Order: sequence, then structure tokens, then C-alpha cells
Amino acid sequence: MSHLLLLVPFLAVVVLNLLPKRARGAALWVSFGVLGLEAAAAFVERFSSIDSSAFAWLESVFGFRLAADHLSGLAMLCAGIVGMVALLVARRTLKDAGEKFFFANLVLVALVGINGIAMVRDLFSLYVFVEVTAIATFILITASRSGAANRDNQVFEGAWKYIILSVIASVLMLTSIGFFLLSAGDITFDAVKGALGAPGSLTWVAMALFLCGLFVKGGLVPFHGWVADAYTAAPAPVSVFMAGIVTKASGIFALLRIVSSTMGSALPGREILLVVGALTIVVGAFLALGQSNMKRMLAYSSVSQMGYIVLALGGDLSLGILAAGLHFFNHAISKSQLFANAAAIEEQLGTLNMDEMGGIGARMPVTAGTTAVATLSIAGLPPLAGFWSKLLIVLALWNAKEYGFAAVAILASLVTLAYFLSLQRRVFFGKTHPKWAHVKEAAPGLLVPVVALALITIALGVGFPFALRVLLGGGA
Amino acid sequence: MIWMTLLLVVLVLAALWASMTTALLRAALGLALTSALLAVVMFSMGATLAAVMELSVCAGLISVVLVSVTSLTQRQPLKEILANRRSRLRRYWPLPLVLIAVGVALSFVHAPVEIALRVPTGDGDVRTVLWSLRQLDLFGQILILLAGVFGVLVLFRKEAKHDD
Amino acid sequence: MTIEIPQSFWLYFTFFALLLVDGLWCMLATRNLVRILIGLEILMKSVTFFLIVAGYLSGRMALAQALVITVIVIEVVVVVVVAGVILGFFRKHDSLDVGNTRSMKG
Repeated sequence: MSHLLLLVPFLAVVVLNLLPKRARGAALWVSFGVLGLEAAAAFVERFSSIDSSAFAWLESVFGFRLAADHLSGLAMLCAGIVGMVALLVARRTLKDAGEKFFFANLVLVALVGINGIAMVRDLFSLYVFVEVTAIATFILITASRSGAANRDNQVFEGAWKYIILSVIASVLMLTSIGFFLLSAGDITFDAVKGALGAPGSLTWVAMALFLCGLFVKGGLVPFHGWVADAYTAAPAPVSVFMAGIVTKASGIFALLRIVSSTMGSALPGREILLVVGALTIVVGAFLALGQSNMKRMLAYSSVSQMGYIVLALGGDLSLGILAAGLHFFNHAISKSQLFANAAAIEEQLGTLNMDEMGGIGARMPVTAGTTAVATLSIAGLPPLAGFWSKLLIVLALWNAKEYGFAAVAILASLVTLAYFLSLQRRVFFGKTHPKWAHVKEAAPGLLVPVVALALITIALGVGFPFALRVLLGGGA
Repeated sequence: MIWMTLLLVVLVLAALWASMTTALLRAALGLALTSALLAVVMFSMGATLAAVMELSVCAGLISVVLVSVTSLTQRQPLKEILANRRSRLRRYWPLPLVLIAVGVALSFVHAPVEIALRVPTGDGDVRTVLWSLRQLDLFGQILILLAGVFGVLVLFRKEAKHDD
Repeated sequence: MTIEIPQSFWLYFTFFALLLVDGLWCMLATRNLVRILIGLEILMKSVTFFLIVAGYLSGRMALAQALVITVIVIEVVVVVVVAGVILGFFRKHDSLDVGNTRSMKG
């Protein structure tokens, strides 16, 4: 079954490219379908009493060493949902048919990468799939010429920073793998776990290096320099995709996977995670405060929220993983929605400079409403979904007696609220600036995903206690 | 042991030359030389398949790519090149000194290092390992190549349209 | 559970460090895009070297070679893609100077 998750998107790419040129217009929808299957597959995994003998022949042909568990299911669900949203945005914002075709294909390639990251049992394979996702994303950033012409300078700079830091992360991870080869003789998660059980100096260095590589990939402080440029420079659907799943999967999810697979509850690197998480939250939040460009503010906000996920891992581990997972999901939903909203605003107004906006709320009520839902959820207001994940994070820290860090988490929420309210005020509230008197609401193609995501946010928030019982019953 | 050390010194010197030389074409050549020397090092450590791959792909393919890019982007006026030359020396002359310093500093380190026990029967043939143990990596390679193909299609085809 | 090979490890590590520093310096001390690419390549070579050394010292040469082969494939695709981006930049700006693009701030 897990093999299918790698092979189906790959086959879809192959098929798409074998189609005659006339049929290529369907590429976005084929991709959409595959991503829908992806999201659905997450649920199948959870109740995985699927008859595996039906697919046993696959496993005899391909000797992939994969294991899908609930954590994988989380990544897959997020990837599926975010991908679908990104495709819907692409359908609307990418003008050229060729661009749409390449977008659909590259998203599928990135999807295989993300699925790989979600299911591997080995440090080096993790690295390989992280690279697959990175290269696909990098091409996605530079692929499109849609969008304001003056952004082309920025496209290069954002993409360049991303690629350079990505290569540095690769060097860190590969060096780490070299050290693990020396100290443990193998690089499977089990081998690493064994090495960490009786760690020598080489093992410490190796682990530190690999974590640093993942910190760079996830955009955590002090390696967050590329995030804002890359997210802002990328065309709208790519920003949605990157903020929603790519950075999360390559950096944060890989971190989650390593922590849960190789470290026990006596986490040696806990302090590092706490400090890095807290720093990221604070730095990200304060950097978001001063931004005029809407996507840039959202980018720094994403950095900050990644910090929350990492911080959760530094707390009481069993609760921490649940909290981290939930925040992972909430952020995927809300942030991709916000970037989709930004895409709508960019399309209608032609600018993302919030200081030039004003009073759009009256002209674009749906966009305004859904933005409000997403921003309040991320800021952690009840009864939205984000409240629960923030609460769980604080609880995980509290249980581990990390009161200081819990306080940081709570206080940073206030800063989060501050910059988001600033966004709301500058963009939506107030009298409509005469320049925007003609602005219309976004097209239905863009509204459907954001409304759907906002509804999920509300539903999850309101129904969370019930959902928790189901989640725990299924065995987190 | 002495030959290996000498080989490694020449390797670093080649890489140093590749970084410091002024003309980009020479730098690309230096990189090819570095790759070739690395291949020799790998071969003498017993990594024959990897050495062949390094030689053919890196010393070969990558050099072709670099030389192509360099020749396609040569357009600096002479004055700029000369001005660049001076400032580049200023930026790069500390490099050999830094390298010597690092080398000397590290040569004084003698901390014991715990390395995993050697497997008595050796860990098998590369081809078996690659095809049976690391199939997932092979699939990953295919994906990367696929992404690379898309990259070429997107990045190079776009320019053809742009020039119109 | 372990063997101590003090002398050899530090020797190889020294050369790995030298290559690493060389690659990093090359990348950071220049504004020319192609030279940054070359520095990037030197970095990858240093890591390739380190992986082979790790395989050699721990006796797991087959595994190390398998890893290195994959790394080389990834390396070449990265170089091609970066070269493509550089070409795109050049055609737009007629220059290889990365300093021309400091348009993003904050």
C-alpha cells in the first residue's frame, strides 16, 4: 500500500507527459485527482486493515523499505489538502497553459518527495526525498512569469537564496550521515537509535549536524533568512504550496519523524529544541510586525509558527507529538488559506503592499471573512482550531515543567494577534480607498478553497473535544 | 600512507586553484581537475564504482555544463574584468593562509575517535547493496532526474520564448 | 564495540575540512554567479570525499559507494538546474553580478 503512494503520482507524471498536446489541458485536474486520493489515503492508513495481500506483488517487485504510520498519515493529509488548494489557485492565477502543465507535473513530483519523507525508515533516503521535494519546489518558484513584472528580480533572489541554503542544508545532512556511518555503521533509523543509546562524540556531532540541516530546511532561526524572500518571490500557487506543506515536510516533519523514531522520552536534544523553538517563535513574530508586504508578513508568521511546532517537541514527549501534529495540520490549513487569500487580493488589486490598501473588506467580504477566521485561528483564539493546538503545546510544556517556555508561547500569541490585527486593519477595515472602488470579490475558483478551509478550521475548533476522542480511539 | 597524503594535498591545491583563478573557464577546468583527482583518491580507497561515476559524471558532464554556461555568459567589457581582477585578489588572498592555518591546527588534534567495528565479512558488493538494499534511493534518483528534465524544459524553453 | 583509528581519521578529516573551507570561501567571497556555482560544487566534492572516507574507515565501502552514487546524481541535477537559473538571470540582466538584485529588504 505504501508503495502505491510513491508510484501513483510518479505514474501520473509519466502518463501526463505521454498524452498528446491537446489533452494537456487536463493536467491540473489529473493532478487534483491524485492529490484528492492522497488526502483520502491518509484516512485509509489510519484504519489500515486494508488487505495487504492484494498489493503484495508490488512489494515483491519493488524492495522499498517503507513504513506508513499515523504520523505519515498526517503529512499525507496535509499534502493532499494543500496541494488541492494550490492547484485551484494555479488554475486561476497562472495564465499560460504551458505553465499550468508544468505546475501540475512538478506538484506531483514534489508529492512523491513528500510521501517519501513521510514513510522512510532511513536517514539517507530521507535526505534523497528531501532533495526531490526541494528541487521540484525550486523549479516551481522559477517556472512562472505570471504576476507583476517587477517581481521578476525578486523571483531570482528568492529562488537563489533558497537554493543556496538548501545546498548548505544538504551538506550538513550528508556530513552527518558520514559521521553516522563512522559511529554506527549504518544509517537506518534503528541504527541511529542504537547509536544514540550509547553515544560517543561522533554520534553527538552527527546528530547535531543533521538537526542543523533540518533547521535550515524548516526555516528555523537562525537559518530563517531564505523563507521570506522565497515565499514572497514565488508565484501565488507556489507560495501556497511551499508555506502549506513543503517547508513543513522537509524540515519540520522530518524533525518530528527523527524525534519520534530515534529518541526516547529521555530526549537528549530537548534543550536545543526548546531554545530554537522559542527563538524562532519570537524572532518570526517580531519580524512579521514590521512588514508592509502581505506575503512577507505571512512568511514571517509561518516561521514563527514552525517555532511552535518545534517547541512542542521539547515538552512532555507524548503530548508534545500530538500537539505538534495538530499544530502542523492547523497551520497547513490556515496558512495555505491565507496565501490563497493573498493571491486573490493580488489578482484584484495588483499589489501586495498593505500600506496602499484600505477598506477592501466592503468590496471583498468573503476574502475578508475567511482571512479573519484563519488569522484568529493561528493567533490561537477559541473556539477555532488553532486555540486547541496552542493549548496542547502549552500543556506539553507545562507537564515538562518548562514554565518559562510556556510563558513565551503564550506571550508570543499576543504578538501574533497584534500583527494579524494590523493586517486586518490595513487591508480590510476602514473606508474604502477611492483607488479600490472598482475592486470585485475574488473569482469562485479562488473562493471555494478558502471557504472550505475556513469551514474546516471552524469545525475542527468547535468539534475538537469530540475529534480528540476519535483520534485517541484510533490510537495516536 | 605518504602517497595518499600527497594525493590529498594535490587535491586541495587543485580546488584552491579552481577557487582563486581569475578566468571562469580556468576555474571550470580546475573543478574538472579536482573531480579527477577525487576519483583517483576514491579508486585507491577501493571505491571503484563510485570513482568511475565521479570521473565520468562530475569531471565530464558537469564540466561541459559549466563551460557552456561560461561561454554563453561572457559579456563583460575589458575594463570591468580588469577592475574585478584587482578586487578579487583582495578578497581571495587570505584563502591559502586560512587553509594552511586550518590544516596546521587540525594536525595537532589527536583525540581518540570511536569508529564502528569493521564487519568481518565485509559489507558486500556495491551492486548488491544498491539493487537490493537501497532500491528506494534508486527510485529517488529517477525522481531527481525527472525533476531535472522538467527543470531543463522550464528554464531553457522559457528563454526561447523570451527572446522573441 | 569500537576500534580506535586516531591517526587516519584526523588526517582525512583535515583534508575534508580544507576542501570545505575552500568551497565556502569561494562561494562567499564572490559576486559572480558562476563562481558561486563552482564553490557549491567544491562543497559537494568535499562531502563526497567525506562519505568515502567514512566508508573506508568503518569497512562499509559498499554502502558508502551506494550513497555516493546517489549523491553524484543529485549533484549533477542541481548543477544543471542552477546553471539554467543563472542563464535565465543573465538573459534578463546581461550580467552575472548577484549584487544587482538586492531589491529585497527586511
